[in-house]
Amino acid sequence: MYEGVVQDLIDELGRLPGVGPKGAQRMAFHLLAADPEDITRLAEALLQIREKVRFCEVCGNVAEAERCRICLDDRRDPSMICVVEQSQDVAAIERTREFRGRYHVLGGAINPIGGVGPEDLRVRELVARLADGEVAEVIIATDPNLEGEATATYLARLLAPYDGVRVSRLASGLPVGGDLEYADEVTLGRAFEGRRMISTGPTG
Amino acid sequence: MHLSHLGIADFRSYPAAEVDLGPGVSVLLGRNGQGKTNLVEAAGYVATLASHRVAQDAPLVRAGADGSAIIRATVHRDGHESLVELEIVPGRANRARLNRSPLTRQRDVLGTLRTVLFAPEDLALVKGDPGERRRFLDDLLVARQPRWAAVRADYDKVVRQRGALLKQAAHLWRAPTRRTGGPRLAPGESLEEGRAAALATLTVFDDQLAQIGAALLYARLRLLRDLRPYLEQAYRTISDSGTHADAAYRSSLAPGSPVAEAVAAGQVPEQAELAAAILESVEAVRTQEQERGVCLVGPHRDDVLLALGDLPAKGYASHGECWSLALSLRLAGFHLLRHDLGTDPVLVLDDVFAELDSGRRERLADLVADCEQVLVTAAVAADVPERLLGDGVRVFEVTLGSITSRSGAGASA
Repeated sequence: MYEGVVQDLIDELGRLPGVGPKGAQRMAFHLLAADPEDITRLAEALLQIREKVRFCEVCGNVAEAERCRICLDDRRDPSMICVVEQSQDVAAIERTREFRGRYHVLGGAINPIGGVGPEDLRVRELVARLADGEVAEVIIATDPNLEGEATATYLARLLAPYDGVRVSRLASGLPVGGDLEYADEVTLGRAFEGRRMISTGPTG
Repeated sequence: MHLSHLGIADFRSYPAAEVDLGPGVSVLLGRNGQGKTNLVEAAGYVATLASHRVAQDAPLVRAGADGSAIIRATVHRDGHESLVELEIVPGRANRARLNRSPLTRQRDVLGTLRTVLFAPEDLALVKGDPGERRRFLDDLLVARQPRWAAVRADYDKVVRQRGALLKQAAHLWRAPTRRTGGPRLAPGESLEEGRAAALATLTVFDDQLAQIGAALLYARLRLLRDLRPYLEQAYRTISDSGTHADAAYRSSLAPGSPVAEAVAAGQVPEQAELAAAILESVEAVRTQEQERGVCLVGPHRDDVLLALGDLPAKGYASHGECWSLALSLRLAGFHLLRHDLGTDPVLVLDDVFAELDSGRRERLADLVADCEQVLVTAAVAADVPERLLGDGVRVFEVTLGSITSRSGAGASA
């Protein structure tokens, strides 16, 4: 145990995800030895996320205004919505530069053990976005685990009655640049299920 | 396959121990509480990543040790040698290395060593709860094809998620009482809307239960179909009687449908048919599930009915017959794996001989004589049939956590 403020700082840092007591102690003493300027910058950044960062009123992504940059961008295709669990997933898909539509951040996945049901996710907001008939495809990009699959199935059933809205799910399969022999059985099994024809043979 | 070396550190009662093993029979002798079973438990842990005695890892680490236990096992198969190293850290992920390179997933160790272990606890296979028999089948599935470990874990998770959901929603279907004052609802939500919303979420998990449950059920049914001839044969040899031992799958599917009938008759329907049957059965118990808040249908509610002749073993068989039947189940597993893998798993007989009469002892000794490697533990040499103590057999004396070799078959410890 350290005295007063130092221990307070260690306790606060220790509450962050991925930081244990030893790591927190190391960070605290690093900060004690750091330039005052660096500390001020860090402190300001911390204060600003509280003040400035908001969640986009349309898609739920982190934003600095009422709407996020993607929802404000006119060049994005409004007929496609990609549904993800969290803001980090938006950043991951943006890095691909493949997708030019808009996003919808659910804020998690259905997880009854953790007490998260559809009403705790931004599902109602998603349905509201389909009302004007502009959306032609909803791409469900929840995590390929049990909770993510459950959420995907839930959304697929919920959106099925909407006319003119196609619902798709990201493909599962082999990582690019990987070796077949190192793939686990489940991934390889899914890759078989989702295989693509590259030649159908001469017809007739 | 066989184990040529087993090393442990801070495992159970041992600060450190090394044993050189080899093909053929190895006998560990020692009075009760000296640590014979701990050694074979370590071998079993390398094969299944779980102990056959306890569900948690904490008791495996030596009391007073610094947090983790280590097992090293050298496995020979078809002239090929692999070294498995496991560090057991209770409450955290174990670390695993195969041939000195670290594995990202501990599960990848499965399949390197395969063991079939028979221990006094196995009497519960016959006399115990259905859960014991389900675990027997599922463990054997994983030993046969390690990929089933993932399906099994997924299924457990689906059942827990769905159970949590049923519990949370149970209040919506209960009649309001004075104490609870009716169900809790979101503001502005009617009871009908609340029920519809809960049902919509539940349906999603019905689907998952049916899909993953059908995969597990299909695998279990095929396994049992393959196992039955070996079981019958093993029981006939061990008991030296004409009594026919059999095992039948008892599913929790709603009775009456063609698929449920086929399962009851020992047939293996297609996986898709099983999934549809699970969904139908879930529908049939919907009200009960909603009232009780428990998952009532699926492989986690199934059982295996063991029978001797025309009578169920549970409740009818004598103590000796139960022993023979439990032993026959393990031996059947051994022969199935031998047939599948093209190599023998390591057979472990933990404190078995003391429980058998002399006729059964001798017949068991005959049965195991041609196995590639057999590890036997016993309190006194007199319990072990003489032919298993003959020339070329490694005999070790275990006293208070130290192991000494008694006979010269090139072993040193």
